[in-house]
Amino acid sequence: MAEAAAAPALQLEGVTCTFPSPDGRGRSYTAVQGASFTVADGEFVSIVGPTGSGKSTMLNVAAGLLKPSEGRALTFGQPVTGINPKAGYMFQAEALMPWKSALDNVAAGLEFRGVSRAEARERALPWLSRVGLEGFGDRFPHQLSGGMRKRVALAQTLIVDPKIILMDEPFSALDVQTRQMMENELLDLWATDRKSVVFITHDLEEAIAMSDRVLVLSAGPGARLIGEYRIDLDRPRDVAEIRMTPQFLALHQEIWAQLRDEVLKGYAQTKLR
Amino acid sequence: MRSHAKRLPSRPVILLLQLGVLIAFFLIWHVLTDTKILSPFFFGTPGAVLARTWADFASGVIWYHLGITLLETALAFVIGTVAGIAFGFWFARAPLVSIVFDPYIKAVNALPRVVLAPIFALWLGLGIWSKVALGVTLVFFIVFFNVYQGVKEVSPVVLANARMLGASSRDLFRHVYLPSALSWVFSSLHTAVGFAMVGAVVGEYLGSAAGLGYRIHQAEGVFDTVGVFSGMLVLTIFVVLIDAAVTMIEKRLLHWRPQDTSGGQH
Repeated sequence: MAEAAAAPALQLEGVTCTFPSPDGRGRSYTAVQGASFTVADGEFVSIVGPTGSGKSTMLNVAAGLLKPSEGRALTFGQPVTGINPKAGYMFQAEALMPWKSALDNVAAGLEFRGVSRAEARERALPWLSRVGLEGFGDRFPHQLSGGMRKRVALAQTLIVDPKIILMDEPFSALDVQTRQMMENELLDLWATDRKSVVFITHDLEEAIAMSDRVLVLSAGPGARLIGEYRIDLDRPRDVAEIRMTPQFLALHQEIWAQLRDEVLKGYAQTKLR
Repeated sequence: MRSHAKRLPSRPVILLLQLGVLIAFFLIWHVLTDTKILSPFFFGTPGAVLARTWADFASGVIWYHLGITLLETALAFVIGTVAGIAFGFWFARAPLVSIVFDPYIKAVNALPRVVLAPIFALWLGLGIWSKVALGVTLVFFIVFFNVYQGVKEVSPVVLANARMLGASSRDLFRHVYLPSALSWVFSSLHTAVGFAMVGAVVGEYLGSAAGLGYRIHQAEGVFDTVGVFSGMLVLTIFVVLIDAAVTMIEKRLLHWRPQDTSGGQH
């Protein structure tokens, strides 16, 4: 038992992901090269990197959706083979089932676990109100705004009580105000039962404002982890206000100094492609 | 400020205009045949056609034939749809099967189905089953292609999300693949029902002893233009009613869809 408690919630060991080139000939493409990191139980870790640096690839390995070419992922000491049962995943793109109402979307995870439909719907109701969508249960995804759909997705992920939450730029499609509100709400929800979070973003400010630790990924192809910064800002935080504090600005300056070069490299490569 | 786009009149006005078109059509027909500009022998007269249709309904003869055509349509639709869904799923989930059979599916689908009618009549006789078979060959391909597409077009993100939420392959079928495929099937419902009917009527026309197609063929054989037009009128009313029913079913089953994309796909 003591050993299990000591094992990190998530551990990636030398993960390399190589994809064959799309046309089947030519050179293969290495998205991530030898990535190793751990996420402790209850820790909020952000991974920042320029676009095309394989951030989502690492998350897919952690989720068990993608088998790495080399290396392995462990969750609470167990190697991840197939879908990681300890993990919940919030996708960047729309992932709700469009043919299910908001309530049924939230209830889906419980139904998949063998809970009866009636009971699952009953247990989904309080989750809808927790994400501020009381009374919207019978709406279909297309009848909700982008922010509301993200809330449904959040409730859908949290209802099955995952020990690790993987988030792939979940709020990148939202406008700034909605986004900051969602970020605060996520921090509140996280504070109540401290799950591990791996949060992927290309927005450094978002990463610092929310995390315990920020990992910096180099520009792809063959992206590597090149930096690690501990964010010892006080909690609870307000993501809008914390951006004004001198500590935040100092951290931002320090990490940006490293990230900027990678962003420029990444930008140069997208121009070449 | 509203845009300068022309605004349409209200719904009752539109209905009135639509009714006007119908009346105008019958009026022109009446005037042309009454003044002998068009020969009543070749074109019938609206009065005679309506009287004949009324008489057929009043005496009850037409109900039997309507019933037969409806039965054939329903059977062709149900059998074609079930087979289309089953094969659509199978092909979409088994890439090897779909690649091997691809040219043959396309070849059979390109074949004008009417030429199969005599074959079916030989195989299955002149009863309802040769008509059902013809309808099935029409309905099957529409449903098949739609289900195939529906399963293939499931968003990989929605699929990955369901898997992360713990869906087994049975759950994926029930909660993801099936609803996605069915939405494509429902959106082709109008076409499928229409083709089921075409199969039934064409089959009857080419050889049978009952049904609306048979009635039209009989009338044609004795140069009874009024009978032909009367048969067409009954067929038209019948199709409009079925289409309205399909629209109602579609609205109920596809209510999760945004309105602007609820148009047919096929």
